[in-house]
Amino acid sequence: MAQTAIELVGVNKWYGTFHVLKDIDLSIQTGEKVVICGPSGSGKSTVVRCINRLEEHQKGTIRVDGVELTNDPKSVATIRSEVGMVFQQFNLFPHLSVLENLTLGPIKARGLSRSEAEQKAMHYLERVHIPDQAKKRPGQLSGGQQQRVAIARSLCMEPKVLLFDEPTSALDPEMISEVLDVMVELADEGMTMVVVTHEMGFARKVADNMVFMDAGEIVEQGPPEEFFGSPRSPRCQKFLSQILQH
Amino acid sequence: MKKWIFLTLPLVLLAGCSSSSTWGWYVINPMTDTGWINIKFLISGMGDTIAISLIAALISILLGLVVALPGLSNKRGWRWVNRIYVEFIRSIPLLPMLFWVFYGLPIIFREMGLNIPIDPFWGAIITLALSDSAFTAEIYRAGIQSIAKGQTEAAQTIGLNYIQTMRYVILPQAIRRILPPLANQFIYIVKMSAFASVIGMQELTRRANELVVTEYRPLEIYTLLIFEYLVLVLIISAGVRWLERRMGADERS
Ligand SMILES: Nc1ncnc2c1ncn2[C@@H]1O[C@H](COP(=O)(O)OP(=O)(O)OP(=O)(O)O)[C@@H](O)[C@H]1O
Ligand SMILES: [Mg+2]
Repeated sequence: MAQTAIELVGVNKWYGTFHVLKDIDLSIQTGEKVVICGPSGSGKSTVVRCINRLEEHQKGTIRVDGVELTNDPKSVATIRSEVGMVFQQFNLFPHLSVLENLTLGPIKARGLSRSEAEQKAMHYLERVHIPDQAKKRPGQLSGGQQQRVAIARSLCMEPKVLLFDEPTSALDPEMISEVLDVMVELADEGMTMVVVTHEMGFARKVADNMVFMDAGEIVEQGPPEEFFGSPRSPRCQKFLSQILQH
Repeated sequence: MKKWIFLTLPLVLLAGCSSSSTWGWYVINPMTDTGWINIKFLISGMGDTIAISLIAALISILLGLVVALPGLSNKRGWRWVNRIYVEFIRSIPLLPMLFWVFYGLPIIFREMGLNIPIDPFWGAIITLALSDSAFTAEIYRAGIQSIAKGQTEAAQTIGLNYIQTMRYVILPQAIRRILPPLANQFIYIVKMSAFASVIGMQELTRRANELVVTEYRPLEIYTLLIFEYLVLVLIISAGVRWLERRMGADERS
């Protein structure tokens, strides 16, 4: 039986007077892969950042694994331990080696010993196909390698859900596929994923549910065959025709 | 190289002037017994000047961090605490603050039933540390703010709490930007420590004043005083450059 991993009900958020999220309803089952797309400024990042409390919503409820997100530091800590995040700009720690980037969370937040943490780190570096880069600094790696380190860093915390906010948008074209390949492998292994991306090939391949946002609203959502085959709303049709042109 | 001309010029004067009647370099001529005694008297203030400056700088470095952190909060109330402290402390001239701490603070302590005497040594340290902390706080704040927001967010998403995020992610990166201006502040503290002379601390400046009163040779004695500070500051600058080079090398490895 499918279990609800993340649930957003009537979520609203304002930046000052600017209404950035309008009545967002979204339900994500364990193991489900959700791809969010939409024009720039539509609120995609904001939704994802609300899910792990990098931003606060002002109205509605967000539940992660049954725990409601409130200002209670305990609920924030619970959510952070279950939800990993991969950023567009990688956000690796430049002063630490790749290995130290991966072990910092497990050692400091989880209380693992150094050797346990390093073992885990090497395991996940192998999963993203760069075990040989462990001793380098992030600055010495290519963009694609850095993003894969960032994915491994999230995996080291063994999250139940992984959020991706445009993970390939800062990459040179020739490096996009090496990151997407890793993400497809993760999807195949059953990870629950929420991915903001414009990579529609990837979306077709892995998405269980496509979500289209515009101006702070979820305009349309559904399985990819329907979504790409016969989008109902004109806004979604227009967006897809633009993005699929090239 | 200009520095060297500057340095050697008075030495030349010094060497040739023991017999001159217009100059009075004999008062600090190391070849004569009294000159040597005078020099030793002046230079022995070095210990107190260094001790006051070092302790004040250490306190200011810690206090500045404590003051800077609320300034980085996203809660307006905390930012206010930071702003009020910085603006208030920064607006007080050093000498009035020194008088207030040395003559005023003990009265407050007495009223509170506390027996905490403030001697010139600690009076000077408290004043210098307080006054400087407003500046070090601003240095920390700017240095920490210059580290991208993404670093804090990444640290949060791997479960680090506030203190761990500062300790392992933000400060190690900010320190490269913080250190050079902090070193400048240390130079400022060394120079401002001269004010301790007015509350009776026998550091470099006080000793020079005392010798001027007995020898009446202000030009020669104050010239030496200036060079004492110059040497101190040059040593600090060299130390800072060494540290920066080391950290720069660290970065690349
Ligand atoms: N901190 C903020 N303060 C004020 N407005 C903000 C803030 N962050 C985002 N916004 C605004 O909220 C809107 C939604 O932003 P968001 O980053 O969620 O969009 P997005 O869909 O991710 O766009 P993009 O594709 O450009 O990343 C935008 O109009 C943005 O300008
Ligand atoms: Mg975005």
